[in-house]
Amino acid sequence: MSVSVLRIRDDLVRRIQAHGVETYPHECCGALLGHDGDGSREVIDLLPLSNRRHDSPRNRFELASGDVRLAEKTACEKQLELLGWYHSHPDAPARPSEFDREHAWPWYSYIIVSVQKGEPRDMTSWRLHDDRAAYDSEAIEMVGQSPQPV
Amino acid sequence: MVVKVIIPTPLRAYAAKQESVELQASTVGEALASLTSRYQELRKHLYADDGRLRSFVNVYVNDEDIRYLQKDQTRLREGDTVSIVPSIAGGASD
Repeated sequence: MSVSVLRIRDDLVRRIQAHGVETYPHECCGALLGHDGDGSREVIDLLPLSNRRHDSPRNRFELASGDVRLAEKTACEKQLELLGWYHSHPDAPARPSEFDREHAWPWYSYIIVSVQKGEPRDMTSWRLHDDRAAYDSEAIEMVGQSPQPV
Repeated sequence: MVVKVIIPTPLRAYAAKQESVELQASTVGEALASLTSRYQELRKHLYADDGRLRSFVNVYVNDEDIRYLQKDQTRLREGDTVSIVPSIAGGASD
């Protein structure tokens, strides 16, 4: 099975990392907005959101249906699509947990950034398998803000 | 009653890529049963093993969350819109 690709500008990567650092030791979360293509996607913008799991923010995040509707509306206004979500794993690896898997939706890209002792580390992306049993890894391809010099 | 069911983006691949589906139903429960009967691949993403809607699946009739109405017994009227709206949740292992 071919691995899908998620393209994202380096400044957006830094914004996700910064969000994770800002909320550390709690999980951050937000929406990924962009374009979906055949075999690859491109993240064009982010919508940082507030984690609604006030009871357990160190290892859980949640976004309500109102947040999802806001993300969809924002995407539509920007003529983009809601591609998925990002969240951080404070002092934990950038890998989907069993809890992540149980609560995931198919089709969405899920970016996870590990934030260790307040410092951003690995960033990975995943899509839930059709049978819900596992995730498919998505290759993150970072693109610069301007064309590379020849 | 003929009602429209709005399919969220992550589930459209399992509903013949449709954004919405029209079907006959008198209650929300009937509408979702009809939907998952027509598109069986939707079932595992909407329902847990115990047959209940997954906790992160929200259903609205027009703009009202069925949790604050009669849940799956909520009665539908001709032309109502039933929207399936995700909540998003996750987190690191303990």
